[in-house]
Amino acid sequence: MSALRRAAPQLGVLAALLLANWIAFPGFFNLSIVDGRLTGSVIDVLNRGAPVALLALGMAPVIATRGIDLSVGAVMAIAGAVAATSVEAGHPWFVAVALALGAGLAAGLWNGALVALLSIQPIVATLVLMVAGRGIAQLITEGRIVTFVDPHLAAIGGGSFLGLPVPVLIALAVAALLTLLARGTALGLFVEALGVNPRASRLAGVETRGLLIGVYALCGVTAALAGVIAAADIRGADANNAGLWLELDAILAVVLGGASLFGGRLSFVLTLVGALTLQALKTGILLAGFRPELNLIAMAVVVSVVLVVQSPAARGWWQRLSARRAAA
Amino acid sequence: MLQARGISRAYPGVRALDGVDFDLRAGEVHALMGENGAGKSTLIKVLTGAVLPDGGTMTLDDAAYAPHDTAAAQRAGVWAVHQEIGVLPNLSVAENLFLGYQPTRFGLIRTRAMNERARALLAELDLDVDVTRLLGTLPVAVQQMIAIARATRADARVLVLDEPTASLDAAEVEKLFALIRRLTAKGVAIVLITHFLDQAYAVADRFTVLRNGKLVGTRAAAELPQRELVTMMLGKELVEAVQHERRAPVADRPLVARFRGLGRKGSVEGFDLDLHAGEAVGAAGLLGSGRTESAMLMFGADTPDRGTAEVDGETVRIRSPREAIRHGFGFAPEERKTDGIVGALSIRENIILALQARTGWARKLPRAKQDAIANHYIDLLGIRTPDAEKPIEQLSGGNQQKALLARWLATAPRLLILDEPTRGIDVGAHAEIVKLIEKLRDDGMALYVISSEIEELATYADRVTVMRDRRQAGMLEGDRVSVTGIVDAIAGGAA
Repeated sequence: MSALRRAAPQLGVLAALLLANWIAFPGFFNLSIVDGRLTGSVIDVLNRGAPVALLALGMAPVIATRGIDLSVGAVMAIAGAVAATSVEAGHPWFVAVALALGAGLAAGLWNGALVALLSIQPIVATLVLMVAGRGIAQLITEGRIVTFVDPHLAAIGGGSFLGLPVPVLIALAVAALLTLLARGTALGLFVEALGVNPRASRLAGVETRGLLIGVYALCGVTAALAGVIAAADIRGADANNAGLWLELDAILAVVLGGASLFGGRLSFVLTLVGALTLQALKTGILLAGFRPELNLIAMAVVVSVVLVVQSPAARGWWQRLSARRAAA
Repeated sequence: MLQARGISRAYPGVRALDGVDFDLRAGEVHALMGENGAGKSTLIKVLTGAVLPDGGTMTLDDAAYAPHDTAAAQRAGVWAVHQEIGVLPNLSVAENLFLGYQPTRFGLIRTRAMNERARALLAELDLDVDVTRLLGTLPVAVQQMIAIARATRADARVLVLDEPTASLDAAEVEKLFALIRRLTAKGVAIVLITHFLDQAYAVADRFTVLRNGKLVGTRAAAELPQRELVTMMLGKELVEAVQHERRAPVADRPLVARFRGLGRKGSVEGFDLDLHAGEAVGAAGLLGSGRTESAMLMFGADTPDRGTAEVDGETVRIRSPREAIRHGFGFAPEERKTDGIVGALSIRENIILALQARTGWARKLPRAKQDAIANHYIDLLGIRTPDAEKPIEQLSGGNQQKALLARWLATAPRLLILDEPTRGIDVGAHAEIVKLIEKLRDDGMALYVISSEIEELATYADRVTVMRDRRQAGMLEGDRVSVTGIVDAIAGGAA
């Protein structure tokens, strides 16, 4: 119950955005079944939001340790390039996916090693791969846009299962898996403790180094998964544009989910809510029919308002207000 | 030259300074002594304009002196040189010396003229430094002296040196003192804050001792034996407190851990320690004497570069707290806020953290068990909280300390290291923690307790190791574990 109350601002914002979308576009919640799959604006929001949701799910533990990973967009490009070129080279789709995820894992381990072993500030450490990653992806694709026709790989981005788009199912499955991993074991507690007070955590016997490397490795893998989906969606790997600027969307999604960049708060469910909020916002702005050049500004305005509403200062203000009302 | 009368300054909840008088004569080195929280830093902040006093007056050369900020104090000739701050490592020596006062022509800095003046200034102080080098590339000692030189460049007449020797080696300290003597010969008055008694005696003419924000006294160095100085600082009556009922030394208690020559360069010189089950070993010494450092090395929080550790007769290498915990060690650090509590997490999570870390991430303690452990210790130690789910940062200091003890007790340690377990907590909690320490000892735990409360150590410690100037000065046993004995040993008497 208290968990629900704590999540109230995030859920409220999402509900308000969905409501605004509904008002702007009365057909927003209409669902229909076309060719055995659900279609409609809401499904579209979910489907388009899935890659950023995956990035955010990996980013959430990193941010909970007071870190950040700027390289996830570039890792998406690497993973897409690996998947596309290896399936083009004749490997079966599952090998291609495994190789792509392996590349993401390697990227994450690299980031984690820089942060945990060399104590480089996360923003700088991951900046390295953010810049270099696209170059690596270009090397893999040899500067071309590698297209492929493998129907299984393409289904990861465009297919559906039980009427739902595959990317949505993947994001949900990953969220469920990670929640189980964090709360079914003590990892969630350790990650939060590490984020709040790394010195005290180490003195209490928490393996802080391994944990840090682990969260960055996980972030690399989820980014790779998002990269495979993005590549599968367009049936090709575009090293220059795949995942471009999405690291910022992922960070924003985690923050919209109520996390603090000062670390210590980890919730995969709220991270999903944040990713949905972001996508609902983007879709809503498109539906509202602003002039395209206003889209980014409208988004910035709404994000600012959302962050103000969720800020601790605003929360204190609400509490005082309701206390005064209760007293009156 | 500088006179302060009845200076008071309160912070929320603390009277940092309470009617303190302070006199400074031209050409003297005046050492300001006192333990942590005595009010030394507040006093120098008032002198140098960094904080405004709530009450009291100051005069400088018989004129009223009430600086409202540090710039005003500096204009009046009162400068503070803080340890490792106030210099800009990315600028050259000359630029540091003349920052803001560079000689210019048409608005451009005349670098050559500046360098020449810098050279002249340093020559006058007998310092041989290349003024064009970046300050950050020079040793800390030189940086410190440049900071002092900068103050003299601005005709400083009162210089406040706050722990100037903390990161210097013996030769560098000698150089710094030579500089200090040259300055005093020119009539500059120096206020020195240091934790090193020997150094204070080497250079100071007079001592002023503060304790708990109050003036204890001002005495000429030549007339103040070191032991009396320590007594003034610690405020312990030298009359032996009621002779404590000493437990008969129990023979052949099993040895839990043995350390030989454990040390680390720059931290603490090698020390020897045997810790037995059912025995409390105290660690006494002034602030900065190496007590905390010894605990950090034992617990693997800091890696020793010399010496050996033995647990149960087997030589072990303890490279991390995790490994120490695996050997059955526990460590409640002095800095509760930065090293102890995980503030935003609940009391329950804080209490089970070490046990969970030892159990492993894959085997999460069931929630029911976590609740049982947390509630057990909340009851046992009398932690005052409505429930175990409250964030630990919302507890009072004493209750936080109890929760941290609970964190370690939950792991059932064989050796518990406590660093200042009773600092900063209220009287009631203090007594409870002392009682708990005695109970743990009698139940067969090995304890290593660092404390500045000498009476407290004399009460429960079977033996006391005394640290001085970052090395082990001696080990007191039997009848010598008394307030007098400990004070003597800290002050440098035969130990």
